[in-house]
Amino acid sequence: MRALADTFLLVGAAFAFLAALGLIRMPDVFNRIQAGTKAATLGAITFLIGVGLLHPEWWTKLVAIGGFILLTNPVSSSALARAFLLAGVRPWHAPGDHVRDALPGPTED
Amino acid sequence: MNLAEQSAALLMGLAIFLGLIRMMAGPTNPDRLVAADTLTVITTVALTGFAALFASPLYLDVALIYGVLSFVGMVALARAIEGNRS
Repeated sequence: MRALADTFLLVGAAFAFLAALGLIRMPDVFNRIQAGTKAATLGAITFLIGVGLLHPEWWTKLVAIGGFILLTNPVSSSALARAFLLAGVRPWHAPGDHVRDALPGPTED
Repeated sequence: MNLAEQSAALLMGLAIFLGLIRMMAGPTNPDRLVAADTLTVITTVALTGFAALFASPLYLDVALIYGVLSFVGMVALARAIEGNRS
C-alpha cells in the first residue's frame, strides 16, 4: 500500500512539475493557460489519491478537495481565457499560418 | 519519508519555483495572472502534501479554504478584466 501511494504521489508531483514547465515553455498566454490547467488538474487528482492511500481515514476531506478542484479549475481558467480574448489579447500564430483571421475575437474596428 | 516521497516533494518545489519565475518575468500582465492561477492549484495540492508529511488533518481544511478563495478571486479578476460587456 505504501509503494502504491508513493507511486501516485510521484506521478502527481511530476504532472504538477510538467504544468509549471508548460508555463515556462509555451509561446503565448492561451497556450500557457491550457498547458497549466490540464496538467495541474490531473496532477492534483493523482496526488490526492496518493495522500488518500497514505491516510485512508481522511478520505472525506480529500474527496471534497479533489471534487472541488476538478469542478472549479477548468471554470476559472475558461473565464480567464474568455476575459483575455474579450479584452483584446490576440492568440499567437505560427509564421505562415493563415487561419488567424478565422479565429473569434475582438474586431479591429 | 523515503526516496519517492522526497522526489515528489522536490518536484512540487520545482513546480512552484518555475511558476514564480513566470510570475516575475512574464512579458505581460495576463501571463502573470495565468501563472497565479496555476500556482493556486499547485499550492492547494502541496498543502495536502504537508498534511500527509506532518500527519495533521488540520492542513486539509486550510487547503480546502485556500482552493475556494482562489477560485472566487480568479473569477472576480476575470470579470474585472472582461469589463462591462453584459
